[in-house]
Amino acid sequence: MTVLDHDDLLNLIACPHCDALHRVQRPSNGEQAVCRRCHAVLIAPRRRAGMTIIMLSVSVMILVLGALWFPFLTISRSGFHNDASLLDAAFAFSSGPLLPLSLAVLALIVVVPLARVMLIVYVLLPVVFDRAPFPGAREAFRLSEALQPWSMAEVFALGCAVALVKIADLALIGFGPAFWMFAGLVVIIVVQDNFMCRWSIWSSLEPEDEPKFKPTSMTDPEIMNLPSPEAKA
Amino acid sequence: MSGDRHLSALTARDAGLVACRRCTRVWPGHETECGRCGASLASRDDRSLSRVWAWWVVGLICYVPANLYPMLSTRTLLSTSEATIVGGAIELIHHGSIGIAIVILVASVLIPMAKFACIAFLALTVERRTALSATSRQHLYELVEYVGRWSMIDVFVVAILSSLVQLNVAATINPGPASLAFALSVIFTMLSAQAFDSRLIWDGIEEADRPDDLAISAAGRDMAH
Repeated sequence: MTVLDHDDLLNLIACPHCDALHRVQRPSNGEQAVCRRCHAVLIAPRRRAGMTIIMLSVSVMILVLGALWFPFLTISRSGFHNDASLLDAAFAFSSGPLLPLSLAVLALIVVVPLARVMLIVYVLLPVVFDRAPFPGAREAFRLSEALQPWSMAEVFALGCAVALVKIADLALIGFGPAFWMFAGLVVIIVVQDNFMCRWSIWSSLEPEDEPKFKPTSMTDPEIMNLPSPEAKA
Repeated sequence: MSGDRHLSALTARDAGLVACRRCTRVWPGHETECGRCGASLASRDDRSLSRVWAWWVVGLICYVPANLYPMLSTRTLLSTSEATIVGGAIELIHHGSIGIAIVILVASVLIPMAKFACIAFLALTVERRTALSATSRQHLYELVEYVGRWSMIDVFVVAILSSLVQLNVAATINPGPASLAFALSVIFTMLSAQAFDSRLIWDGIEEADRPDDLAISAAGRDMAH
């Protein structure tokens, strides 16, 4: 197995969770190829996924930017009114020693989600139109993947609901437009993640001088004998 | 781990290859950087466990002040009160909002504790035998990774409340020092979970097999159960 050439390696996929080797077999759109050993999803292509992801990303951008300025929640008690936007919430800790926390909150709920969708659009735009990837596309997608666990817009949306109930008897609370924008955002982020097939995106970013994955280019008999991932509808 | 033997598979490492965990591309074993996505390659991350434990300890240290100091201080016309995480939840129960109290307790007490326990368990069982199968441990790891970010909810609640409830003399809510400690604790436990190389869970299976099956060209062996 040590004399494999590049073409053969292209036909292999190793499960990132358990390292089990598989022979790549692209499932049909809407189906998933899962690791035979640990059942992690390896390949999950969807029809017109690229365009869908781009459109969802643009919606995320619009919603986050909108949610920045519109009030999130409004409150009134004994003649006093107040409303809080996303920026107000992020800078709630801006006084004194808690300032770093303010910056972290701003990053988690605004900067990271925005950066992620912008990076994804940058990566996918040329791919969707069958052009060569933009310069730095691979670094961009790698960064976007690394940022994924730190994108917490949906956690923040649930936090709003909890905050609301927590002070419901202290004052009169109302939802502002930004709350509904964030509620929409939660759904969009879940759907977007569903359309994202990492293997397909990385394959399309294969460097120019490398051959692309071709299901027919297998020559090594040992590779032919490897199991392909399990197909799942 | 003999019960897991049917889960034995030819891994990239056994085949003399190294796999990229970021993009699943496979390279010859001597490569150090993925030619497709640029991630650094390591067949097994030797320092994975030490990094797991380092972040784990820092996270646990931060979790102590997060529970001792107040999360919020509420000032109304007549009184000022400071509440810790657990104190705030108990107050909610007194007010009758048991549902929200449960959400807070689960997100800020139960999940962080369970996360510390799970990460420690996963790291310890890499080198020790355990009754729990590799599949279950993999599920446990995925759960820990997925749940990690949701612990941040309490910090966001504090942020929302302190920005919203600024009603001059009628009522004011300000964040307490525990919010910073809690946020740090969540971040460090997330880093601890991310540092764990889940392939270590599965290596035990092949290692148990090693003595009677050293052949590297095991590709033809029936791996599909």
